[in-house]
Amino acid sequence: MKPLVDVGVVGYGSYVPMYRIKTSEISRVWGRTEYAPIEEKSLTALDEDTITISCEAAKYALLRAQIDPKDLGAIYVGSESHPYAVKPSGTVVAAAIGAFPFILSADYEFACKAGTEAFQTCIGLVGSKMVEYAMGIGVDTSQGRPQDELEYTVGCGGAAFIFGEKTKDTVAYLEGSLSYVTDTPDFWRRDIQMYPRHGGRFTGEPAYFRMIVSAGTALMKQLGLAPSDFNYVVVHQPNQRFPIEACRQLGFPLEKVKQGLLCPVIGNTYAGSSPMGLAAILDVAKPGERILMVSYGSGAGSDAFSFVVQDAILAKRDLAPKTDVFINRKCYVDYAMYLRQRGEIKV
Amino acid sequence: MRKVAIIGVGCTKVGEHWGTSLRDLFTEAALAALSDAGIEKVEALYVGNMFSGYVQEQEHLGALLADSIGMPGISAAKIEGACGSGGVAVHAGYLAVASGMFDYVLVGGVEKMTDLSTGHITTALMMAENRDYIGFTGVTFVGLNALIHRLYSKTYGAKPEEIAAIAVNDHNNAVNNPCAQYQYPLKIERVLESPLVADPIRLFECCGIGDGAASLVLCPLEKAKALADRAIEIAASTVATNVLSLNERDDLLVFDATRKAANRAYEIAGVKPDDIDVLEVHDAFTITGVLALEGLGFAKKGEGAKFVSEGNISLGGKIPTNTLGGLKARGHPIGATGVYQVLEVVKQLRGDAGKNQINGAEIGLAHNVGGVDSTSIVHILRRCG
Amino acid sequence: MMSVPISWREIPYRYRLIGTKCKKCGKIYYPPRKVCRFCGSKDLEEDKLSERGKVVTFTVVRSPPIGYEKYAPYAVGIIELENGVRVMSQIVDCKLEDIAIGMEVEATFRRVTEDGESGIIAYGIKFRPVIK
Repeated sequence: MKPLVDVGVVGYGSYVPMYRIKTSEISRVWGRTEYAPIEEKSLTALDEDTITISCEAAKYALLRAQIDPKDLGAIYVGSESHPYAVKPSGTVVAAAIGAFPFILSADYEFACKAGTEAFQTCIGLVGSKMVEYAMGIGVDTSQGRPQDELEYTVGCGGAAFIFGEKTKDTVAYLEGSLSYVTDTPDFWRRDIQMYPRHGGRFTGEPAYFRMIVSAGTALMKQLGLAPSDFNYVVVHQPNQRFPIEACRQLGFPLEKVKQGLLCPVIGNTYAGSSPMGLAAILDVAKPGERILMVSYGSGAGSDAFSFVVQDAILAKRDLAPKTDVFINRKCYVDYAMYLRQRGEIKV
Repeated sequence: MRKVAIIGVGCTKVGEHWGTSLRDLFTEAALAALSDAGIEKVEALYVGNMFSGYVQEQEHLGALLADSIGMPGISAAKIEGACGSGGVAVHAGYLAVASGMFDYVLVGGVEKMTDLSTGHITTALMMAENRDYIGFTGVTFVGLNALIHRLYSKTYGAKPEEIAAIAVNDHNNAVNNPCAQYQYPLKIERVLESPLVADPIRLFECCGIGDGAASLVLCPLEKAKALADRAIEIAASTVATNVLSLNERDDLLVFDATRKAANRAYEIAGVKPDDIDVLEVHDAFTITGVLALEGLGFAKKGEGAKFVSEGNISLGGKIPTNTLGGLKARGHPIGATGVYQVLEVVKQLRGDAGKNQINGAEIGLAHNVGGVDSTSIVHILRRCG
Repeated sequence: MMSVPISWREIPYRYRLIGTKCKKCGKIYYPPRKVCRFCGSKDLEEDKLSERGKVVTFTVVRSPPIGYEKYAPYAVGIIELENGVRVMSQIVDCKLEDIAIGMEVEATFRRVTEDGESGIIAYGIKFRPVIK
């Protein structure tokens, strides 16, 4: 898909809460002896949620974009942990950054690709010249049932991207995108249930790998590009092994995956996962370099994007803290504090 | 303006009055004051109370309590000034008599804090501050005082035991006050080892939660002459306010409202701090008592804690303070405290203070505060004749 | 119990640290005011405060009011912002024992309280050690 006018990222920002728990601590409590899928993961402070993380990321995106918040025509927050089932998170973000009142806003849900779905919409709105700038945020403070496999990887964090027409102020412009969606029940959460359920090994080949590889391959074919044309690739990261394997299947070596691979140290940030990976890449990428991003959302589908970095990145990226600043800001907690901070102790 | 005298006092013990309603607690104190004054009826009633609306879901205390004491029909109103409600009620009564409007006025303060749990009382007390911006932060009333306690220590190098000494003084005095909430002495070590409530303030640096009611009968001095020593003149009654929120004050370590109210009171009464024989300060927290002594002119700026720890406020000291227990030991039933303070000065000036009597006390000062020096009320009382 | 209109009304001031500035003498107020207590002017305009400052004094609340129990113990301080205006706010994202007078802090958007499990959530600004 290509919009009528060229579109790109004008500003971006990411945020991770500072608390961490080591997976070895979780293993200790449950007596697990098998290898844990990652080292450690992030968790929210008692007073953080999807909305507060969105606001932090949004503020940093604005700092880099250098636009008047009132020029934003849309704010979409994609997450599976919106604080309200009815009342869009984007309304609070808009109020927090001063973007009222002539703005589009809605909550997006498509599991871990809710953020990139929001990006697709932003691209459409900007590309059709309906709005000047549009912000899409991928963010989550995900739920993982205690003692379930997912408890070892479920993390929190988010990234916000402001899209605008391609100009010299664009840090990375879009060459094209596509969406690949099917009805695949690999992982789901029924209404009013606190924790999701999943199909175990079914979440792998028929779901995650099939969507990502199909979408990534199709986009490269449409654009007439090969893995060697890209400097970086970032895909959804439910754990450490899956993204490396999916990128290998797409034809990418490990060096091109590493920069965007954040899961080992902050966990699976669900709708924040590939957006945060993209932010981490933009923190270091050079002008002219090309980035492939393929998200994945259970249910299931993938959004694929090809971005090319421009000169504007050099000045803009230092206007806000880089992703690794947040990743390296850490305070470890034990399992009891983890439960308390995740709101899993009923009082 | 006529001169005004207090001719009757009455109060309940401060404590947990589980079986007594706010109405009955007030009535008990009021009847005691009327009996002490030897009169049956008054023309006006002013009730000091902070949060009956929150805790008892009861407002309109003027009409309610005039009715409770058997006098529906008289002029009556609830007067509110946070923890200074009692003091401002006394001030209202004073103005009513001084103006010539009424001859016999009953002033009472009442608070029943035990009708709701601590979490609710903590919330209710924060109504003394800007709810939408300061209460909103989750800071508590102890917390506000703790902000000042920490800054005072840092600025003047005051040691924790110096600031805490006033609590020990209060408890020593309350041993001989049958109306006091806590009638036992308190060692400084116990204060300093008590759990933190809002760092750096510890539990025994804070007044407790209690119920109580205190009442006074006021009349023009000229009508009180027949009562000789039983009548005590209100030589000055002043109220001042401060910039409400701590973050907006120029100097967090100066109690400006206290200073203003005190200086005006000294001027009206024609006295200086040195002339005061007996003092009641509003020490809801130890640091508040310390800063009150500075604001009232008894200690220099930054030297209040030392002033207390060097023994200057003991019964035999330079300025006997909180001779019947103060807020820490006699207790602090919020809206009633200001009236208790005046009542205790009256007792001293009448020679009725029992074992803690300050011999020859002629002039006394009662200092009551709402919020953190947000409203300050100073009464200077003088023996007649 | 939380008032919906009150929470809503204060949103711009709580979310974005917007105070008021006296057009006559330049004095800035937070919370916002309609009258300048310095020069008496009634001509005040909205003014966005700086989001960086230093801790003037602080405490740790261990006995919280209703609605804040879930967060206790938490630190509250008076913070002096870059243009001299002071605000009162919680201090977060650091160990309680590491907070010190003079610490440099910056604003962060956080949950402040909520009306139980089904009522509205009140958000606002708290302060955290500066992220460099």
